[in-house]
Amino acid sequence: MRRRDFIRNTALVSGAFMVPAFLKPLEAMAMSGLTGYKNLVIIQLSGGNDGLNTIVPYCNDIYFQKRNTIAIKETDVIPLDDMQALNPNLSALKEIYDQGYMSIINSVGYPNPDRSHFRSMDIWQTASDSNQFLTNGWIGRYLDANCQNNKSQSPYTAIEVDDTLSLAMKGAKMKAIAVQDPYKLFQTTREPFFKDLVHSQNSEHLNEDNLGYLYKTMIETYSSADYIQNTSKTYKTTAEYPATQFANQLKTVSKFINSGLQTRVYYVSLSGFDTHVGQQGQQGRQLKIYGDAVAAFIKDLKQTNKLDDTLVMTFSEFGRRVEQNASNGTDHGTANNIMLYGGKLKKAGIYNPAPDLSTLDNGDLKYQIDFRDVYATILDKWLNVDNSLVISKNFAGLQFI
Amino acid sequence: MRIRLSYYVSMKDIKRIKHLFARAGFGMRFEDLRKYKNTSINKAVKELFENSDNDDPIAIVTQTIDDMMLAKADADTKKKFFQMERDQEKNLNIGWITKMSTTDAILREKMTLFWSNHFSCRDGKAIYIQQLNNIQRANALGNFRTLLIQVSQSPAMLLFLNNQQNHKGHPNENFARELMELFTIGRGNYTEQDVKESARAFTGWGFDKDGIFKMRPLLHDTGMKTFMGKTGNFQGEDIIDILLSKKQTARFISTKLYKYLVNEIPDNAHINAMTDIFFNANYEIKPLLEFVFTADWFYDDKNTGNLIKSPIDFIVGLNRQFYVTYQKPDVLLLFQRALGQELFYPPNVAGWPGGRNWIDSSSLMYRLKIASTVLDQGLIDFTGKTDPEDEAFLATVRNQQHVVNTRVQTDPDWDKFFSDIPKDMSKVEIAQFLLEPPLNGTVQNTVNEDNDLKIMVVELVSTPEYQLY
Repeated sequence: MRRRDFIRNTALVSGAFMVPAFLKPLEAMAMSGLTGYKNLVIIQLSGGNDGLNTIVPYCNDIYFQKRNTIAIKETDVIPLDDMQALNPNLSALKEIYDQGYMSIINSVGYPNPDRSHFRSMDIWQTASDSNQFLTNGWIGRYLDANCQNNKSQSPYTAIEVDDTLSLAMKGAKMKAIAVQDPYKLFQTTREPFFKDLVHSQNSEHLNEDNLGYLYKTMIETYSSADYIQNTSKTYKTTAEYPATQFANQLKTVSKFINSGLQTRVYYVSLSGFDTHVGQQGQQGRQLKIYGDAVAAFIKDLKQTNKLDDTLVMTFSEFGRRVEQNASNGTDHGTANNIMLYGGKLKKAGIYNPAPDLSTLDNGDLKYQIDFRDVYATILDKWLNVDNSLVISKNFAGLQFI
Repeated sequence: MRIRLSYYVSMKDIKRIKHLFARAGFGMRFEDLRKYKNTSINKAVKELFENSDNDDPIAIVTQTIDDMMLAKADADTKKKFFQMERDQEKNLNIGWITKMSTTDAILREKMTLFWSNHFSCRDGKAIYIQQLNNIQRANALGNFRTLLIQVSQSPAMLLFLNNQQNHKGHPNENFARELMELFTIGRGNYTEQDVKESARAFTGWGFDKDGIFKMRPLLHDTGMKTFMGKTGNFQGEDIIDILLSKKQTARFISTKLYKYLVNEIPDNAHINAMTDIFFNANYEIKPLLEFVFTADWFYDDKNTGNLIKSPIDFIVGLNRQFYVTYQKPDVLLLFQRALGQELFYPPNVAGWPGGRNWIDSSSLMYRLKIASTVLDQGLIDFTGKTDPEDEAFLATVRNQQHVVNTRVQTDPDWDKFFSDIPKDMSKVEIAQFLLEPPLNGTVQNTVNEDNDLKIMVVELVSTPEYQLY
């Protein structure tokens, strides 16, 4: 497409003084105080990470019996306490753990677990019951709840560092923004024709109808891309990160946090955990990518004094069966561990007892903590929003923060 | 400027016919303008059905992958099988997109798309998915009862909703619940006891190794069941007939169809009328559709240009309007992932929610960009998220995700596109033809100021307006 000439739009350019308020997020930001500002970083491990070979019950005979070819050897693990140990591929996390910046919640799940990847992922992302189909996600509903509370609100309040937006990040009224590369997004929105389209719209003329909704989304994307790019472009990360795509995504999150972006939730995914065949090599590679990147990220934030304001939560859509299969892998299971990181953990280390391998439900771990109890705790104590606005059931909340 | 009454404006029912093509198909093309020059709306509706008379099934997947063989195979053979399975799924997906993009039976495909989301399924082998798709196509304009029974007895759905595990004494309620909640009567119109009792009636429904439906008497519960106030030794078909005897089922389907074809906000009077027609015609789909397409309210302004195109409507509409062929059709899968609708991969059994759920900042920007990349051989920069089921496989072929930077190698047929535009059509009329909502703002400027018709057209299909129909 040719470059459009700007001359024919002089009338519109001079009208720039009347750019509606929602196109000026920087001013809006100045009005809302930023004190006590906390970030949540969600890391999704897609494919169903095998929790038992991640946080290894290295003193449990049943573990070695049921996994005679794929158990992590007692001599290889990195002990955390007298029950559980890190997979050796997570060695980078040992230091983080010892410094009290890591916590592990065992046996997290939900009633009537679903073993389909996409269905169980939906359940985790929407915080629904297993027989309930919700069309919006829990972070999306958090954005909606903020909207109701009249707090200043823009799509960049939650950012997914990815090409597409996960269901977790979509609310009924508000949606987060997906940004893989802030500069590229900025460039795309600034294509002359799109720029013309945005500037020709007057907020007062935007209707409630679908066309109005499309233009509203476009304008918000335009202004968010501008805000994200201009706020973060000058920040230079000095910390060392591994050369993986996943580490790069966390590096981007760190850049956003350190440049003072007014974002409360970040979302990143790492895939490749569906280990039906040859699990040790496959999961080991992915865990190494995960552990090295997270350790670099936590060190980086510690160095820049942002670790106290940051909480990282890692989850996967389900764990795997306790007994291995015939192909040196594991099949889809149920309850799993959640890994948390941050400078302000109330209970660092192992939060609750290791999974009980002797009382299983059809060969699967029984869940002890509903994942929505973890969400409720984060909503109430970290994001400062009443969890009942986001989660339909009542949960008492936990004590990890 | 000289004021003239063009070919386009002088056509009697053109606005209506264009709307009909948008909703009952994938958009009207300039070549259709000539064909429908002096056609009344009633005649156009009649032709729409005639063009969809033939049921032409998809026959892309011909080879079954034998699970028994696979279980025993060594790692290399397994890898080969996985690759073959993935190729089958990919070819099926591209095959259907291509069919929608080139067929004359547009109404049949549009309704197949509707039923594939109504009877949402994401499981099983490509050959079963193809079979289910063909059931939805064969009955797309036929009888809802036949469609429902064939879908319920298809291996893909039996697998997806676990009816293979629904045995006498150990009922699995998954199918019975979704049958009521999503396929027929809707939430709030049945009890938990109805779910339990009807699940017993479907015990023993399964299929054999050739994918043929089998009622397995040894697994079937022949006891008395009480379902929705009736008691008897019900079979699965009896439960389906009891559900169809409730007018609420006709209303549930009519409402869903109204939201798909007319307006996301239900209008009670219109839906009541649709329900009566559907119920009294014993769930024949064709009379219901004819009623909608010939109703005056279908063409009301408030029902025009107000629906957000699904990603498939958007992609297929673009392909059809510009006769696009793809040198590397794999890019069609990238588009579907970027826009949030990959055929045969619905999010869950409830299907894609549609409407504004299609639109977020990234999917909208991809939409606005894809049109020009397709029409102008652009680059698409997209990695996206892979399907978890693919990932273990993907991990064996590459170490980590790398950024995809694909040149979209397409051939739009610009010559045909331009030669079909009637010579006396003005630029404003061309724009009005391409976009459903009224022209205003920058769109109007584009029309006024672009002297190059091709640039104008590319810009018009890169607007938010083009996302509506």
